[in-house]
Amino acid sequence: MSWNDVVTLLPELYLIGAICVLLLLDAFSGARHRGAVHWLSMLVLVITALLVVAGHQATPVTAFNGMYISDTLAEILKLFALLSVALVFVYGESYLCERKVAIGEFHTLMLFGLLGIMLLVSAGNLVMVYLGVELVTLSSYALVALDRDSPRSTEAAMKYFVLGALASGLLLYGMSMLYGATGTLDLAGIASTLPFTPHHTLAVFGLVFVIAGIAFKFGAAPFHMWLPDVYEGSPTPVTAFVASAPKLAAVGMALRLLDLGLMPLAPYWREMLAVLAVASLAIGSLVAIVQTNLKRMLAYSTIGHMGFLFLGLSAGTAFGNAAAVFYAIVYALMSTAAFGVILALSRAGFEADKIDDLRGLNQRSPWFAGMMALVMFSFGGVPPLLGFFAKLLVLQAAIEAHMLWLAIVGAVAAIISLFYYLHVVKVMYFDKPIDDSTLSVSSDASLRWVLSLNALALLVLGVLWGPLLDWCQRAFVG
Amino acid sequence: MTHWPFLSLLIWMSIIGAAPVLLAGDRRPRLARWLALLVALLILAINLAMLPGFNDTTAAMQFTESHMWIRALDVHYALGVDGIAMALILLTTITTVLVIIGAWEVIKTRVHQYMAAMLVLQGFMIGVFAATDALLFYVFFEAQLIPMFIIIGVWGGPRRVYASLKFFLYTFLGSIFMLIGLIYLYSRAGTFDIAALQALPLGMDAQTWLFFAFLLAFAVKIPMVPVHTWLPDAHVEAPTGGSVVLAAVMLKIGAYGLIRFALPVTPDAAQHYAWLVVGLSLIAVIYIGFVALVQEDMKKLVAYSSIAHMGFVTLGLFIVFMLIRSQQGNAAELGMQGAMVQMISHGFVSGALFSCIGVMYDRLHTRQIKDYGGLARVMPWFAAFMVFFAMANVGLPGTSGFVGEFMVILASFAANPWLALLAAFTLVIGAGYTLWLVKRVVWGEPPNAHVAAMPDVNAREALVMAVFAAFVLAIGIWPEPLVRMLDAPVSQLVQTLGHSKL
Repeated sequence: MSWNDVVTLLPELYLIGAICVLLLLDAFSGARHRGAVHWLSMLVLVITALLVVAGHQATPVTAFNGMYISDTLAEILKLFALLSVALVFVYGESYLCERKVAIGEFHTLMLFGLLGIMLLVSAGNLVMVYLGVELVTLSSYALVALDRDSPRSTEAAMKYFVLGALASGLLLYGMSMLYGATGTLDLAGIASTLPFTPHHTLAVFGLVFVIAGIAFKFGAAPFHMWLPDVYEGSPTPVTAFVASAPKLAAVGMALRLLDLGLMPLAPYWREMLAVLAVASLAIGSLVAIVQTNLKRMLAYSTIGHMGFLFLGLSAGTAFGNAAAVFYAIVYALMSTAAFGVILALSRAGFEADKIDDLRGLNQRSPWFAGMMALVMFSFGGVPPLLGFFAKLLVLQAAIEAHMLWLAIVGAVAAIISLFYYLHVVKVMYFDKPIDDSTLSVSSDASLRWVLSLNALALLVLGVLWGPLLDWCQRAFVG
Repeated sequence: MTHWPFLSLLIWMSIIGAAPVLLAGDRRPRLARWLALLVALLILAINLAMLPGFNDTTAAMQFTESHMWIRALDVHYALGVDGIAMALILLTTITTVLVIIGAWEVIKTRVHQYMAAMLVLQGFMIGVFAATDALLFYVFFEAQLIPMFIIIGVWGGPRRVYASLKFFLYTFLGSIFMLIGLIYLYSRAGTFDIAALQALPLGMDAQTWLFFAFLLAFAVKIPMVPVHTWLPDAHVEAPTGGSVVLAAVMLKIGAYGLIRFALPVTPDAAQHYAWLVVGLSLIAVIYIGFVALVQEDMKKLVAYSSIAHMGFVTLGLFIVFMLIRSQQGNAAELGMQGAMVQMISHGFVSGALFSCIGVMYDRLHTRQIKDYGGLARVMPWFAAFMVFFAMANVGLPGTSGFVGEFMVILASFAANPWLALLAAFTLVIGAGYTLWLVKRVVWGEPPNAHVAAMPDVNAREALVMAVFAAFVLAIGIWPEPLVRMLDAPVSQLVQTLGHSKL
């Protein structure tokens, strides 16, 4: 360990220290100062983001003998993970206060999850990947169960935990096979050893399990079973978290494992990802149609979106990778905004998580109906919203990688899924409200402003998405 | 003057102009109406100001603008118009003004949102006609679905939800495959520039796939048989203004797409499958004509009549290939020009007819033919307009309807007299359903006291009708300016189609 290693790892080290301080502060400060945790957490996020930016290097840097990689990919994913966690903090605060859920634990657990994400996207070693994955998922289990008096929340956490443990087991098993085949845990080392290893079948066998672990993280079919229950059962701020930052982590994990470590096996994993993409697109677009719970519908929509993301990954090209990262970022922005609207409309004793709860929203709160409509059209991939361009890029990646059939499957799924997004718009705009009273949208001014910016960003970035794409492409140069 | 970004002004003033209208809010409908009218008039004025600077002797794009949009993909924000696009943009800006005046007192709930949606829609439609970059075209092409979806769904009739969803999903279904086609073209050409795509050499297999991708997208929009079923629903349920814009402009976008993409990008596949499109067009002209004959809902009748008339447009576009094959360049140009004149003419005639139905509907709140009768006695001014537009719909010489149909029939005759006979059949059927409609609605005795008490058109309605009538008459009597505007790009297009890409 050298001084350089420490400097490279500075954002993460700072985050660990800050979380520990926050934990102590929350435990020993009186109830009166609990609100301070919220603002301090925001401050921690800002400082971490600044450290990430300050640590920018023109060329990739490794630390701790290749355990940790700092490059553009890690930088992009970390910054957007920080952003989406910050958004969730803003959206979730009043919801949690109204329900008297432990707000200090919420913040510290989220930050621990974030730490896991940051380590995961910087991982250069199988052990590091596993460490990151476990840190994210263990924090998530606890977060899902945060509202511990709610049976649905507990049930969701239980399901998540059991399935998550299984997936971790699969991932670890796959990693051990890869170690057996190549004799190293270092991802770059695996990539250089694989072409010469006599244990080719063993490596492919391990790859299957690794892919299963990755698919579980994404929530891609057929490893999606946990997703609808977790989305529906968790307190909404937690759902907003689970739906955003961990997806960025998952794309980072997939790229580290597959693009960095298992590139020699690309012909195998490209096909596997294509199959997962088709399954996810089918389940995501068809099953969501019949949902009446908005959070559950968004869960299935997530599965569909992960199918689209896999179109980019399965291309296995630099452009495909950039498209997948772009998609993950766009998805994170869209889903935080969608859950933000749900949080803005919910109040004590009212969750606003049924699609019918949005009935006639345009008459009661035209502004937030407009924001939600933007999010839904963006989810559906209607230009000029950002979601369209994300879909465009992954379709293009698939076509350029000579997988036209996969792009056509994606197109069909896009048409089907558009139906349920339009259904939400229809409920908000075309249906009569249940009662004509003006809806009390959350009194939290910061929530309203940030949420509006978040949703409008989908429109503005729909025009100015070039720089974001440039940035994503820069991560895969050379 | 010619260096001003006129096209961007048209598009963005329309879209950004929707913001103050929206801000006028629900409580100040008057302000919203006047603001919307002001924006629409301003855009029309700018559009008219472009005319003196427009050179109709060249087929090249004019008023061009090009800025790098997405460097990584070499996508440009590129605009430009030729005669075809210019004529359609004029149609759009005129129609929008009339629609806003037409909706003045008719739209009572959430006026500001309606007006804003119309302006945004106008901006996107102009964008479709002005885009010279395929991705930009696609963005505008899809984006216009959003305001139209809202217009049908919020201010529409009882089955508006069904109609609006059907409209959106149907169009999206067609266009997403076009998107895949465009991406494929991009992967071959490395650019989305439409002119470059048109020049791109392509093998027959690729052309065939692309042709059907384009045909699906635009056939839904036109709409052609058998993907026309969304149109009667959308028209019947849409508010009057929505129907007018849909019939007058949005259907033209489909034909415009064929002219910009399907014909020049895949000429050999289009040549090879011209028989298919010609066949479908004839089915639209004849079969849909019969379908229109039995309608009891006036809006449905005009909707089916629109499909039949658009069948003429596609007939004119694809008869060209038969004429090119038999070396009859002049007749080919005539056919294509006829198709375009028919597009513009149909824009005014169908817009006017939907406005007429709107006037009746506002008074009696029914669209059933049997509920009306004897309007000539109670609403003489209205009856005069209605009969005039009906005549234009039939294709009476002296009205705009005649010019386009006559040119297309002449061209079909040069290709094959039997085709011309079938196409001319439409004149008989068209006269059948239109005159029968007029007979039942305008002539005779008022069937009940409600009809007898209907007040005649007010000044606002008369203004809308008079403007429509003026254009119908102008194009009918003196089509020269319009034809001259279309001439250069049409002859260039016919020449391009003559050269095989294989």
